[in-house]
Amino acid sequence: MLQTHEISPEQIESEGIYQEMGLSDSEFEMIKKILGRLPNFTETGIFSVMWSEHCSYKTSKPLLRKFPTKAPHVLQGPGEGAGIIDIGDNQAVVFKIESHNHPSAVEPYQGAATGVGGIIRDVFSMGARPIALMNSLRFGNLTSNRVKYLFSEVVSGIAGYGNCVGIPTVGGEVQFDDSYEDNPLVNAMCIGLINHDDIQKGVAAGIGNTVIYAGAPTGRDGIHGATFASDDLAEDATKDRPAVQVGDPFMEKLLIEACLEVIHSDALVGMQDMGAAGLTSSASEMASKAGTGMEMDLDLVPQREEHMTAYELMLSESQERMLLVVKKGREKEIIDVFTHYGLSAVAVGHVIEGNVFRIIQHGEVQAEIPVDALAEEAPVYYLPSQEATYYQEFQKIRNKVPVVDNYGDTLKRLLQQPTIASKEWVYDQYDSMVQTNTVNGPGSDAAVVRIKGTNKSLAITTDCNSRYIYLDPEIGGKIAVAEAARNIVCSGARPLGITDGLNFGNPTNPEVFWQMEKSVEGISAACDALGTPVISGNVSLYNQSKGKAIFPTPIVGMVGLHESLEHITPSFFQSAGDLIYVIGETKHEFGGSELQNMLEGSYQGRAPEIDLAIEANRQAQLLQAIQQGLVVSAHDLAEGGLGVALAESLFSNTSLGADIQLDGDTTTALFSETQSRFLISIKAENQVAFEKAVDDAGAIGVVTEEGNLTIRNQEGFILTEKVADLESLWKGAIPCLLK
Amino acid sequence: MRFAVIVFPGSNCDRDMYHAVKDVLGEEADLVWYQNSNLENYDGILLPGGFSYGDYLRTGAVAATSDVMNQVKKHARNGKPILGVCNGFQILTEAGLLPGALMQNKKLSFMCHQEELVVENNETIFTRGFEKGEVVRFPIAHGEGNYYCNSETLSELQTNDQIVFTYRNNPNGSVENIAGIINKHGNVLGMMPHPERAVEALLGSNDGLKLFQSLVKNWRESYYVTNA
Repeated sequence: MLQTHEISPEQIESEGIYQEMGLSDSEFEMIKKILGRLPNFTETGIFSVMWSEHCSYKTSKPLLRKFPTKAPHVLQGPGEGAGIIDIGDNQAVVFKIESHNHPSAVEPYQGAATGVGGIIRDVFSMGARPIALMNSLRFGNLTSNRVKYLFSEVVSGIAGYGNCVGIPTVGGEVQFDDSYEDNPLVNAMCIGLINHDDIQKGVAAGIGNTVIYAGAPTGRDGIHGATFASDDLAEDATKDRPAVQVGDPFMEKLLIEACLEVIHSDALVGMQDMGAAGLTSSASEMASKAGTGMEMDLDLVPQREEHMTAYELMLSESQERMLLVVKKGREKEIIDVFTHYGLSAVAVGHVIEGNVFRIIQHGEVQAEIPVDALAEEAPVYYLPSQEATYYQEFQKIRNKVPVVDNYGDTLKRLLQQPTIASKEWVYDQYDSMVQTNTVNGPGSDAAVVRIKGTNKSLAITTDCNSRYIYLDPEIGGKIAVAEAARNIVCSGARPLGITDGLNFGNPTNPEVFWQMEKSVEGISAACDALGTPVISGNVSLYNQSKGKAIFPTPIVGMVGLHESLEHITPSFFQSAGDLIYVIGETKHEFGGSELQNMLEGSYQGRAPEIDLAIEANRQAQLLQAIQQGLVVSAHDLAEGGLGVALAESLFSNTSLGADIQLDGDTTTALFSETQSRFLISIKAENQVAFEKAVDDAGAIGVVTEEGNLTIRNQEGFILTEKVADLESLWKGAIPCLLK
Repeated sequence: MRFAVIVFPGSNCDRDMYHAVKDVLGEEADLVWYQNSNLENYDGILLPGGFSYGDYLRTGAVAATSDVMNQVKKHARNGKPILGVCNGFQILTEAGLLPGALMQNKKLSFMCHQEELVVENNETIFTRGFEKGEVVRFPIAHGEGNYYCNSETLSELQTNDQIVFTYRNNPNGSVENIAGIINKHGNVLGMMPHPERAVEALLGSNDGLKLFQSLVKNWRESYYVTNA
């Protein structure tokens, strides 16, 4: 634990105390040059958090520049609290994904809860009302008690926060793999709705304007959280529990209402939440963006504990706090709004001229730093990249078809793989319906949330198959975006854009950096091909412990728009007699597949191929067919291939069945994970029109009345199973593993 | 009919309730902040769900002691219709307007999904539009919905026909599958399932419409009688 008192600038240098805070020798030299003197203890702390990877993106910035971020419908790209996309009628959708991995590894309930709280503040700080939450989770296999504990506490933490704050958790994904054993991933996404006129920015403009601190008082929690998140997770990481914040969703609920009220006041100049690096980052970023300076008196900051030092106050990551800049002389009308909600809001400083960030406590200057040095001039590193040694080995492996003797048993086992099995145990704990907009909640390909007062709705999904990205980061990156878009299109919506949650190991390992580089290239290519710019995101590095990195996991959160509620399409079969089609040919592709993992216990070989031109064309044709009313249900083919997709399309309490006839190699037809494929059902009378509208569609069977899944190949029956039996295995798998 | 939707700090189904009665039913409604609460001019009082005061004490316990609840009690005595849903039901039991208590779900975790309910009593002002024994689908979303009362209270509830809704597949451990109860006088209904989330078929069920429609219809008829 760092001693925080009476350490002189000379000691910081001579004893290398800056290193304990995460600064390198060369960075410390840069700081000396910027200041023209030695930094004191508080200043060193401020630099260390602002120049941490978490705040400065110093190693990922060169990669992030590759993302396509512009399009006519993008109103706000990366750089603010969250990105914004126009959806017509003077409305826009605001969204962002953020990780809270390290905190969740050591204190899963609070780590996950405050991850949700933080991403919500990013969205309402833009002036948007949060209308939905999503999450993307990764854990080790559910075999050890530690992993079971992490899994159930993370889910409780997300539920505890999201349910109380009154924003529905409408969907998400959970996957399990040994690479996440010590390093679970907890990424939360928030989606908000805003009128164009209400868009706020986090700027501290107008010399002389007042800086107001609103919300919870500052305590000693989460000090150096940003630094903690920017290093490998140590084996004795539990000692870092004080670096984890504690959430208060009740306070957040009041903050949402108060902040969404003050955005309508023309007295408000700018607003930003205090997230990573707390008061330091919000204040310095707001000033830097406006090209102004800022002076704050820490004696005015509400404090939860006594005798807090300037260092502690500036670095605390206490939750549920906002920083506002308000026109001078009009503070009272803003403060009154917060008071109405029982919240404290106090003036703590003002906007000043010049490029200076000045912190005063007990009448003395505790820190004086050029604003831009913190927010804009953080060092940027171009790290070496080297193709992972395993990659060429995997490329040499020819695709072979695994041997399957019993198709029914294989399907049953696949349905019980935790990554495929029903996540009802998880999402039943989330209030998915509050705000009464949820048309399709968790369990669908994409969540669908209608927009009250219009005939429109939003489709939302999070996707990332990290096994493919591990095998081939570039192809895997393309697949992550393509799969997200497939889910959006299946729901009947047009994809609008993405937010990315980039989770990787230690970037100073050239092979990890190569994974980052290649997957960013893959994501960028797919975003270009599918017309979905990257409008926001988050980078979480150093996700490794005991020298072992997680699978590269760049999570794609995508939002789409239904221009009409008529276009909303279920992912389940709807009525007997409907014809079943697969769009897209199926190849022998088992690298990284669920079947490979189940039979061989590992992922290896080549990732499935993807041709982005074909993908884009199929998605466009399918969307058009849906909009023309030719499609009853649409489901993308993903983990476990057609066999799993067929079963999933029957799990919806409709007691329907399906009669399927397969061509070609049966194992391939049933379980290959070839990309760019869809499972569709249509009305028999639309057969001609559908086949004309969509290329590459092949009829494979019919929806039947009695609840059996029956599959035949050229030689006859290969599988007949009661849907109810399959469903109970699929639903029971995760609760059973947790017992 | 004019409804007051009471908003406590931490209520989060207030807008949903407002949307149901105002936008879907087309009745008059106001969101009434717990501090500026004059309820004289309202014909019905709705206590919405959520986490009043964060539910950091017992659920509903803090809200039950607020000044606005004194007014709600007065109007309850005067026979005004009062509906408490989810946290609103918890507040009504904490305030003593309904007997019993809501404990943590048997499974100890929050749960949210559609549940099938049985209309046990269709002779209340809230349920006249239903058939007796009718099965309806309302969402539940609660961590503390496990209704408990002692055996005397239970037999009183049964004798007076105060059990209005029961669960077909008890999700939370409630005594006698109780999902909603009414006071002896028949004007205060508390229930864990959310009728305001079941007023539009687009969202999965519109079975809740009948509850609000019954209330409005009853008010129109009695208004007509009183003012004829």
